[in-house]
Amino acid sequence: MEILRGRVWKYGDNINTDVIFPGKYTYTITTPDQMREHALEDLDPDFRALVKPGDFIVAGSNWGCGSSREQAVTCLKATGIAAIIAISFARIYYRNCLNSALPALTCPELIPHVEQGDEILIDLKKGQITHAEQHYPFPPLPEAVQELFAAGGLVAYTRQRLQIARGQGIIRS
Amino acid sequence: MGNTFAEKVLAKHAGLSETSAGSIVEVTPNTALSHDNTAAIAAIFKEMGGIHVFDPEMHAIILDHAAPAPTTKHAENHRLIRAFVKEQGIPHFYDIGRGICHQVLVEEGLALPGELVLGSDSHTPHAGVMGAFAAGIGRSEMASIWALGKLWLKVPESIKINLEGRLPAWVTTKDLALMIIDELGADGALYMSVEWHGVALQHIPLSQRATLPNMMAEMGAKNSYVKPDEIVDTFLDGRAKRNYTPIFPDSNASYRAEYTYNLDSLSLQVACPHSVDNVRPLAEVEGIGIDQAFIGTCTNGRLDDLIAAASILRGKTIATGTRLIIIPASSEIYLAADRMGLLADFVEAGAIVESPGCGPCMGNHLGIPAEGEVSISTANRNFRGRMGTMQSEIYLANPYVVAASALAGKITSPQSLM
Ligand code: SF4
Repeated sequence: MEILRGRVWKYGDNINTDVIFPGKYTYTITTPDQMREHALEDLDPDFRALVKPGDFIVAGSNWGCGSSREQAVTCLKATGIAAIIAISFARIYYRNCLNSALPALTCPELIPHVEQGDEILIDLKKGQITHAEQHYPFPPLPEAVQELFAAGGLVAYTRQRLQIARGQGIIRS
Repeated sequence: MGNTFAEKVLAKHAGLSETSAGSIVEVTPNTALSHDNTAAIAAIFKEMGGIHVFDPEMHAIILDHAAPAPTTKHAENHRLIRAFVKEQGIPHFYDIGRGICHQVLVEEGLALPGELVLGSDSHTPHAGVMGAFAAGIGRSEMASIWALGKLWLKVPESIKINLEGRLPAWVTTKDLALMIIDELGADGALYMSVEWHGVALQHIPLSQRATLPNMMAEMGAKNSYVKPDEIVDTFLDGRAKRNYTPIFPDSNASYRAEYTYNLDSLSLQVACPHSVDNVRPLAEVEGIGIDQAFIGTCTNGRLDDLIAAASILRGKTIATGTRLIIIPASSEIYLAADRMGLLADFVEAGAIVESPGCGPCMGNHLGIPAEGEVSISTANRNFRGRMGTMQSEIYLANPYVVAASALAGKITSPQSLM
């Protein structure tokens, strides 16, 4: 897995899914391309216009709290956000990220040192973030999750693994 | 440094010698629980390319959320599920009328000490009452387990709660759970494993213990574990579907936080609209008028809850203009309550006894309130709209309080009726 390099969008604590992707759109806006247009709409009006593929979000604690809507992950992925680093994540948001192949990294030591617009490097395999020549470790992603990422998410991953298992005669039919 | 229950049980199910909080592990559950959402999961399973499930034995499928079916649409959903069960040869299937999935799982010995249970329902932590690791997961995740037999989990940090003393009269573990949720907040155990310890547990029957892990879902917990003892072994004798090996945390394990509560001083609590952590002492809300009272659900629909309710209701009549709905959590409880004469007590008091299942808990059927009405219930959730009507209020309390309130037509302490 390659090393990611990108710019930081910095936010605070307890950012809920309503401001990441407004609830009023959940039944009318359905494709990732449409969702992208409303990402962080109520949190940071500049984000949508200025975000570039490969950028990162760096946040405080409990990022993604509130409703379990998956659009709050999909919309950010659609903008090209390459990873979210936080002090902590809401449980379902965290699972939705990994199942959508979006790295969600818990690295409390890094957060106070990073400012909006800073550049950081993420080595997913090694479990290390580099910022201003300082290294900050995070628990590396285990092989199972790296495979899930390589496949592009849980649904695609399951489909792939099923095919492989069938080929090897490990599972029935 | 020793290990918590979560660290030990997840290491075991991941085939590792050790793991620690924050690590991600790949695990195979003993039981994969689904209910009326089984057809929706089956659709994702097929989309993933699934043909045969990984292990039919692993499934526990229990129809409870809209049972018996209130509409043709619900009936069609059940039909699809029955067809799927037949097609896949799934042995642990329980059709409508058997009871609420979390209660049935325990009664059927499908959630055992040291086991891993994953369920596509937010109250899956309930099964922690047996000393299992039990956590709720999403529907796609469940479909992936059906296909591959495994899923990744993050090993949670743990909170340890020690219980001392004895519950006073009328006070139950529901009051304890509400008091703790009030104190620690609806996110007080976010992503964490909540372990219950302490000498007080030996005086608390399983029916009442179960309320604790059940309610921890309302505090954001991933799972909740009650240290299993002889009471669990006795209960499981003749029920357990497999041999089991309990797992106990090390005494020097590292916890994010530790709390000790003395039950002697616990008092009656009520969760007020519209959130479970909006808790007030009963004394502060006494007198609020109610239209409907509901005793049941996976939280408080067990035999001891019905015995508690009957002790209040026997020989009395509920207030004019008030409805009281009583739903035993399972067919086993229904029968036991009938043999004890409790169902007669209820009907004579003017209550309606319905068939085992979730009933109106999440607003599907069997007693949805009207707009502007007030309910008091033994359930675990009182979010706006939870019982099917946005413009109605739900108070949560223990079965003594709910029964007493039905008699008085307003929120009432059981003590004041004696
Ligand atoms: S009784 Fe209520 S909380 Fe329990 S499983 Fe049914 S709907 Fe969910």
